[in-house]
Amino acid sequence: MTAYLLKRLIIAALTLVLASMVVFAVMEILPGDPARLMLGLNASADQVEVLRNQMGLNAPLVLRYLHWAGGLLSLDFGRSYTYSVPVIDLVRERVAVSLPLALIALALSTIIAIPVGVFSASRQGRAGDTLTMGAAQLGVAVPNFWFALMLIYLFAVWLRLVPAGGFLGWSAGIWPALKSLILPAVALALPQAAILARVARSALIEVLNEDYIRTARAKGLPYRTVLWRHALRNAMIPVLTILGLQFAFLLAGTIIIENVFYLPGLGRLVFQAITQRDLIVVEGVVMLLVAAVILINLLVDFSYAIVDPRLRGRQ
Amino acid sequence: MTARIYLPEETLAGVLAKAFGNRSFLIGFAITLLVAAIALLSFAWTPYDVTKLVIADKTQPPSWAHWFGTDHFGRDILSMIMVGARNSIAVALVAVGIGMGIGVPLGTFAAARGGLADEALMRLNDLVFAFPALLSAIMITAIFGPGAVNAIIAIGIFNIPVFARVARAGALAIWPREFILAARAAGKGATQITVEHVLPNIATLLLVQGTIQFALGILAEAGLSYVGLGAQPPMPSWGRMLFDAQTRMVTAPWMAIFPGMAIVITVLGLNLLGDGIADILDPKSRRRR
Repeated sequence: MTAYLLKRLIIAALTLVLASMVVFAVMEILPGDPARLMLGLNASADQVEVLRNQMGLNAPLVLRYLHWAGGLLSLDFGRSYTYSVPVIDLVRERVAVSLPLALIALALSTIIAIPVGVFSASRQGRAGDTLTMGAAQLGVAVPNFWFALMLIYLFAVWLRLVPAGGFLGWSAGIWPALKSLILPAVALALPQAAILARVARSALIEVLNEDYIRTARAKGLPYRTVLWRHALRNAMIPVLTILGLQFAFLLAGTIIIENVFYLPGLGRLVFQAITQRDLIVVEGVVMLLVAAVILINLLVDFSYAIVDPRLRGRQ
Repeated sequence: MTARIYLPEETLAGVLAKAFGNRSFLIGFAITLLVAAIALLSFAWTPYDVTKLVIADKTQPPSWAHWFGTDHFGRDILSMIMVGARNSIAVALVAVGIGMGIGVPLGTFAAARGGLADEALMRLNDLVFAFPALLSAIMITAIFGPGAVNAIIAIGIFNIPVFARVARAGALAIWPREFILAARAAGKGATQITVEHVLPNIATLLLVQGTIQFALGILAEAGLSYVGLGAQPPMPSWGRMLFDAQTRMVTAPWMAIFPGMAIVITVLGLNLLGDGIADILDPKSRRRR
């Protein structure tokens, strides 16, 4: 198993390094001079040149990359061109919104999807299965931002149960803060739950046809135990894979959802930074999200080994 | 001569009979055909002119004159949805074309070669998958400027590794088979075998993946247009219509309801179609997503 984990670890590290090169290269070929941006249109060429030297923009490409990438390792993302504060401070503030949002959405989607998948698989071909999978098919087709608009209309405009948007911050208390995250989390979670339920169902159906399930039933275990203990555990690998992919999707999905609900999260930060050409912020946030995706995928790989004992013995 | 492994003894009539018995396929096919027909019809006729602003008719609720109501410029929502269908279909279709056109040759090449070329391609795939697709699409369009063409490129790029992966996996399953061995014994090279024997056998897989990516492309295009990075006004697009509707949820909810339903129905149709095709041509490999 060590060899398996080691190989995944090396691949993850390699992917991260390559990704940082890609991000750096993309930002490098973009038009726009950060020094000029900071000083404004009235600055003279000399002033711009002085600032460029100060910012290290005139150093050779490789040195600049190493400096930037080295900074990333110590969580030093540089200073924002427009806000003139360290990027990490901006990020820290925004992660406090985006991460809980993505986690709540992920939890919600799992809590909904797994029971639905189990229910559907255990009634394969019957009315309950057709109905839930029909609903799931519909859920997969719904764009989350449109769903968000419909939720706003129903729960914020019509029933006035929750705020339609905005975020008071965690300092305003846990409940008011959570309340403004409920609708966005549901909007993100339901379409994901539909996908996950379909995966859980088809994985379970495959497992339920295995011989050891018949053996478990034959030795007198109740159907419930077989379903939840034996079958579900063996169906976890595809479910975990999709969960990992979904977390990446949820992180990116927050970009649009945060714009629907006016939430001050990472997504809004990166979106504003793009429109303001605050590239160092874009670089930092993108690298952070990419690192998160790679880390999650690595965790998924590791969890295979935990869920599936057969992988532990394999080289 | 090509070898077909999925349907060794089936005839076209047999496949058609199966298609007519498959509910997913029938519903999906009907919806897809309807959406395509509406998009085509919009070139020739729409109930109202979508380029004409009639301020006197602004934000009218649905009525006999305007089935889906009007927007804040007095444009007919139904007509805009019809014209918007063109944009959605064109963007998603070309993006699938880009993904297939580049991804399939890469994937089949990696499968044929194996070794270092294969490993390199898979690592490259990992790299692209590490970037959340939507985030990168937003970056690409933000950097190169918003617009339908850049949206196509942004979505298309992320289709490449998807098709590369599917083509590679499919081709790897074909290569060890006996008819490939026979073809090699007959002196055919890797390229010829790929084109004549591997591609026809993975066509089903690619077709099913194509409908999935088509549906995802429509969702992605709507997302990009929604944040203002897709098709630009005055070209109507479904995502853009939802953006315009967002600040008017209280006064004109129909501006949001109908374009959203157009997206849901189109994507639903394509997904059902994909499910149906997978079922008909290869009952064993029920697709997972």
